[in-house]
Parts: sequence; structure tokens; C-alpha cells
Amino acid sequence: MVKSLQNLVKQHLAEKIDTSRVYRDELTLELCHENLLEVVKLLRDHDEFQFEQLIDLCGVDYLTYGQDEWATQEATSTGFERGRECKKNTSEQQERRFAVVYHLLSVTLNHRIRLRVFISQETMMLPSVVGIWNSANWFEREAFDLYGILFEGHPDLRRILTDYGFIGHPFRKDFPVVGELEMRFDEEKEQCVYEPVSIEERVLVPRVIRRNK
Amino acid sequence: MAEIEHYTLNFGPQHPAAHGVLRMILELDGETIERADPHVGLLHRGTEKLAEIKPYNQSIGYMDRLDYVSMMCNEHAYVLAIEKLLGISVPVRAQYIRVMFSEITRILNHLMWLGAHGLDVGAMTMFLYCFRDREPLMDAYEAVSGTRMHATYFRPGGVYRDLPETMPLYDKSPWRNDKKLKELNENRQGSLLDFLWDFTEKFDTSVDEYESLLTENRIWKQRLVGIGVVSPERAYQLGFTGPMLRGSGIAWDLRKMQPYEVYADLKFDIPVGRNGDCYDRYLVRVEELRQSNRIIRQCIKWLKNNPGPVIVDDHKVAPPRRAAMKDDMESLIHHFKLFTEGYCVPEGEAYAAVEHPKGEFGIYMLSDGANKPYRLKIRAPGFAHLSAMDEMSKGHMLADVVAIIGTMDVVFGEIDR
Repeated sequence: MVKSLQNLVKQHLAEKIDTSRVYRDELTLELCHENLLEVVKLLRDHDEFQFEQLIDLCGVDYLTYGQDEWATQEATSTGFERGRECKKNTSEQQERRFAVVYHLLSVTLNHRIRLRVFISQETMMLPSVVGIWNSANWFEREAFDLYGILFEGHPDLRRILTDYGFIGHPFRKDFPVVGELEMRFDEEKEQCVYEPVSIEERVLVPRVIRRNK
Repeated sequence: MAEIEHYTLNFGPQHPAAHGVLRMILELDGETIERADPHVGLLHRGTEKLAEIKPYNQSIGYMDRLDYVSMMCNEHAYVLAIEKLLGISVPVRAQYIRVMFSEITRILNHLMWLGAHGLDVGAMTMFLYCFRDREPLMDAYEAVSGTRMHATYFRPGGVYRDLPETMPLYDKSPWRNDKKLKELNENRQGSLLDFLWDFTEKFDTSVDEYESLLTENRIWKQRLVGIGVVSPERAYQLGFTGPMLRGSGIAWDLRKMQPYEVYADLKFDIPVGRNGDCYDRYLVRVEELRQSNRIIRQCIKWLKNNPGPVIVDDHKVAPPRRAAMKDDMESLIHHFKLFTEGYCVPEGEAYAAVEHPKGEFGIYMLSDGANKPYRLKIRAPGFAHLSAMDEMSKGHMLADVVAIIGTMDVVFGEIDR
């Protein structure tokens, strides 16, 4: 069934799609942002696709993709974190850093598809699909909030999950897990004050990649 | 005095009908809603980011805490996503156990919803009845996992352990006499399955009782019929799934249409609404209670006759038996590696969705081959439903907003993540 869907995509969208790949019975299309609106409109309206629902939309940050932290050349006495090493990123990865992933569902024809669009780091901009599927509204706000991805034509692009007045985009890979600011109530000033975090980031289990299967 | 045309009302986040921490800015014209702007995120804990820094198995517990009234269904989607990436299949007995507990969870969730919805609209007694029936199911959770709510029972490759042969009994205490004690322990003499069978025998009658209180109740109907009507086309556009979509008349259920585990072998029906209003969604959910009960009974029958393994034998994913670790070095190494480093999942991506009591709950998992997920996205049904709040409440009265929040069955653990 996935194969036939892939063939249909080839038939109708061959020039608009960069790659199409089937993995674990799921079809993933990669396309560039100029073609996005045209492709999703066709996927929604064409009789053989009928993707009437946008199930999910999320941002992905590929900054540290495929990097592990486990290098055991030298053992020191600093315990758990002895082998942990943070690598600097090459500029090549930076170009394909952010992507937005769409999951579509067709209730009528009972099939699913996934689209991935990479965003150029200069503009950080992507056309909004709110006009195609209204449910994209909050999902796009979320991607903007967590990754700083801008959606052109979105009616109301505000932060959604983070606190009022939050600075930064917390799900980016270069945003520390412990955060940057902490808040407390200052009794002398009689108001809430923001200060740099006092806790340190800790890694209990290093990231390991094994490809020996 | 100047005439006031519109005014803005702040609803929540500490309002008892806000189901947790929903804050809404309502623009009113008299008592009519002009615009509703829900502010979510007050319970945002960054579950997805936390999962990125932990080995796969350590995040199962976080899944329970997403939608904290349907715990095991959240775990279910998570372990299915891992299993899909690993390419492992689960023993049949484990699949039946998972299905049984998913349906128990559905009943738990719908009872919580029914009680809270009733309470919002003014039917106080419903809450007490629903909590009475939640109790034995919570006991089943406890018997199988040790905790009443946050079970961490589903594991990649199966479930943590087999169903217990005995149920814990109530102890003697100064507050209850022997007769009362005997009564309490009466259905706890056999195994967990006997205990659940006893529950399913009584549960249909309980649902009849709820219906006799609400279904034909004049006040209940006045508050729900014709409120928050969503047409099928709008339901698609707004990303509705689960009972919200079925309430609008679309027969879509992942358990039937894209069956996972053993749902294909079980008999159950999918209730569908006709008008797409709050009352139809109420009827759909009440019927789902009965259908879940029916599924549980089929699972109990099967489980009683078919013993077998409940987790895969692959010790790269599932821990070895404790006894084996005592004299087998390989088992000890497997155990150590599994609980320190975890297991590496092949590079790739997968999306696994389950028919969660609230709708389609999906996990999108992106792995770069490491022992931790590279990116985990939780597709929470309530998030899409709540985003339709503005459209659903426009033109209704202030009191109807509460009924609409109730019918959406929102839980902020999953919406804010």
C-alpha cells in the first residue's frame, strides 16, 4: 500500500519532490519550501490523495545529529562525565539545520504521509499552511515558540507553550536543558527577579552511537 | 455613565471548571462570546526535550505523566514507536495484556471525563458514582505494576511482568467490622483476572445507572443539545480525532482502520454521533464505555486459557530474569549494559499512533542511531481540540464555554507536555 502511494506521488509530484523514501512502512517526502504550498494543496484536494487532515506539525533541529559524546581515549578521575566531549559543529551542517515535519492523514483513503522541509538559516521562514488545514494554527505557533521558525502568512504567530516574556527558543539543540534564567521572589525588592541559572547541566548517561549490527 | 459594549473576562487558570490550568481570555458582548483565546503552557515541562537526554527506557515514566488520566495509553504509543524502529515483535500474550489495559485505561479516562463533565454542568452526584467505579480499576493498575496511576508497565518488547495470581486483600482495622471486611475482600479471592471479570459483570449495570441519571435528564439536555456543533468538514479542518471526530458523524477509529496489537481479532463496535454537538459526543463516549467493557471480557477469556511469555527474549532490549543473573555471566552483563547505557536504536524515523481515549495520540520518533532519541514529538489530541475553542464557543453564552471545555475532555498534562 505504501508502495502504491509512492508511485502515485511519483506520477503527480515528480518535479516538486526532492526525495521520497519508504522506511518501516512509512512514506517520507522531502521538498524545498518554494514548492510546499503547491504540493500540500494537491495532496489535500487530489482524488487519489485526499489528505484532509494535518495530524501533526513539528520542528526539528539537526544541529548535533549523529554526534555522540562517548570518547574513551583518556580516562580521568572525574567520574561519570570523564569521556564526555562536546564537538563543535561544522558549517556544512548549519545549512541544513532546521526542518519542519508534517504528518498527514487521509481518513477517506486510510493512508498517511510525512513531509519534511528544510529551512534556510538566513530567513528562517516557511509559508504557513493554516489556509490549507486550520489545525496548523497552534502547531505552527508551537514550532515558532520552541525553534524560532517563522511562518509566513500565519494569522497570529505568538508564543504558546513557554512563559510570558520568555527569551530564546528552548528546543534548539544549543539551548541548555537547565535553561538560562531562573526566577525567584526577592523579599527586599518585593518582586520576582530573574537571574542566570545557578545549577550546572549534568549528563548521567552519555550519548552513544553503535553501528556494529 | 458610558455604555460598555464589549468587555474582556479572564477565565482561569484557577477556575474549578478549567480542568487544571487553562487560562482563557474571553471577549464578551453581554453574555455572548465574541472571541475565546486559550492560553496554554502553564504546565509545560519540556517532556520532549527531557526525553532527548535520557536512554529510551527511562522516558516511559514521563509518558504516564502526559495525560495523567489515561496513563497506559500514552506508554502504549511510546513503546510502539520504539518497537517499530527496532523492528521487534511482541509476544501475543503481551499484546492481549496491553489491549486489556488500554481498554481499562479508556474506562478510567471516560469515567473521569463523565464525572468532571457532569460536575461542570451541575450534575454533582455523577462525580461520586464515577469515582466509585474507578476504584477497582485503579486497584488493577496497582496489582500489576505497584502504583495506582503512573504505572510504567508497558516496556519495549512486551510488558514488565505477567498478571499476578493473587489480589492484595484489605487488612483488619478498627474502622471496619468482620462482616464489612469479608464483603470488601469477597471479589479479591482469586487472581487479577477473576477480579476484573467480576468488575465487568457489574459495569454494564453501572453504565445504565449513569445513563438513567443523565441521558434523558432535562437539565442535562438543555445544557448540551445544540452546543458546540462541529460539522464533519470542520472536524477534519480542525484536526479532530477520536470521540470528537466520531461525534461529528465520521466512523474513524484507529483500532479498526489501522489495527495495532490484537485489535483485529476482537469484536467491538464504533459508536458514531449524528449532529456533532456536545450531547452526541456524550453519547459516543458512554457507548465507548460499554464497548471497552466488551473488549476487556474477550481479553480476560483469552488470557485465562493462554499462558506464555509476556516480553521478548532479546536481552539487548528486555532485562534477563533476576534468577538467571545469579549464575550466568552473560545475563549479568546484559543487565548492566541495559540499565546503564540502554540500547541503541537504528537510525531512522517512525510515527506510531494509538486510539487514545481522547483521540489520536501519536509519537514521532527520530533516531540517529544513539541510545537516546534525537527528537521526540508527542502528538497530543487535546492540543488540536483545544485550538478549536475559539470557533466552537463563538456566539455561545458564557456558561456554555464550560460545557465545551467539558466535552473536549482536555487534560493539561498532554496539551502542555
